[in-house]
Amino acid sequence: MAHAQTLTEADNTRFHLTEDHHPENGTLLGFWIYLMSDCLIFAVLFACYAVLGRNYAAGPSGADLFDLPIVAVNTALLLFSSITYGFAMLSAQAKKVTPTLVWLAITGLFGLGFLSLELYEFHHLIHEGAGPQRSAFLSSFFVLVGTHGLHVTFGIIWLVTLMVQVSQRGLGVEMKRRLMCLSMFWHFLDVIWIGVFSFVYLLGVLK
Amino acid sequence: MSAASHDAHDAHDHGHDHHDGGAAHGTLKDYVIGFVLAVILTAIPFWLVMADVLPTHQMTAVAVMGLAAIQVVVHMIYFLHMNPRSEGGWTMLALVFTLIVVVIALAGSLWVMHNLDTHMMAPMPHDMRQAP
Repeated sequence: MAHAQTLTEADNTRFHLTEDHHPENGTLLGFWIYLMSDCLIFAVLFACYAVLGRNYAAGPSGADLFDLPIVAVNTALLLFSSITYGFAMLSAQAKKVTPTLVWLAITGLFGLGFLSLELYEFHHLIHEGAGPQRSAFLSSFFVLVGTHGLHVTFGIIWLVTLMVQVSQRGLGVEMKRRLMCLSMFWHFLDVIWIGVFSFVYLLGVLK
Repeated sequence: MSAASHDAHDAHDHGHDHHDGGAAHGTLKDYVIGFVLAVILTAIPFWLVMADVLPTHQMTAVAVMGLAAIQVVVHMIYFLHMNPRSEGGWTMLALVFTLIVVVIALAGSLWVMHNLDTHMMAPMPHDMRQAP
């Protein structure tokens, strides 16, 4: 291994990366399994909402409270953020640092827009006296939608972290792996949101 | 050993990018198709509910949930790039297992709680008020 001594610092890094290449698949599979466990958390919260969602305790129902135009805008924001993240991944694969950062920033802004609208909605509900302690329906509503919102919050923190890392370190194999994990997380949140807007909001307005 | 494997790796590094076990990335076309389908599949249920198109609420509910299920599949294929071969089939296996657990949890909860509701409804204050 006399050869090893001739490796520069950079080569060393490369060496480790390539050795890690097979575990890379392991990372993505592991992350997928984490997402599946997260899916179970949401399934339990959906089940809670399905059971309790009509126990209004003589309080307001979904039809009284939900503002569908806001939900529609929220859904659009999340959907746009999904495709802009897709564009960020495409730029990352083409090893273009600046477009990747720009698309990630746009994704983050859509995410922030989603979050602010959701917080506005929560604030509005609580202000009207329809807080989580009002009825079993509202408790389960706040827990389900709030958990999703919390995931989006952490997704945005993660996104900003990756933007800093991409700008400092460029788009190596490991950065792409990290971007890939966040990509799966972000699209997964959009999938959960499909369940939320369909089951909670649209059906909630119907009842 | 390092030099040889290192070089070999560099040589097919690009190839790797494309078969990453399939947990890989889509093309621009994938994302655009997925996005257009998702927009359509989102717009229809909102329209159904907001314009009150279908004759009964039950029909609307079934349509909304059906469209949601289709949209989940669209997202899985075009955004999450799921396919039966990714990671040698392990992601699909994990997904199927999760779906089974989810169905058991959801259907079981609803079934059990519905039974409880119907058997324990009698002496609720709400009903007492309506009693003659």
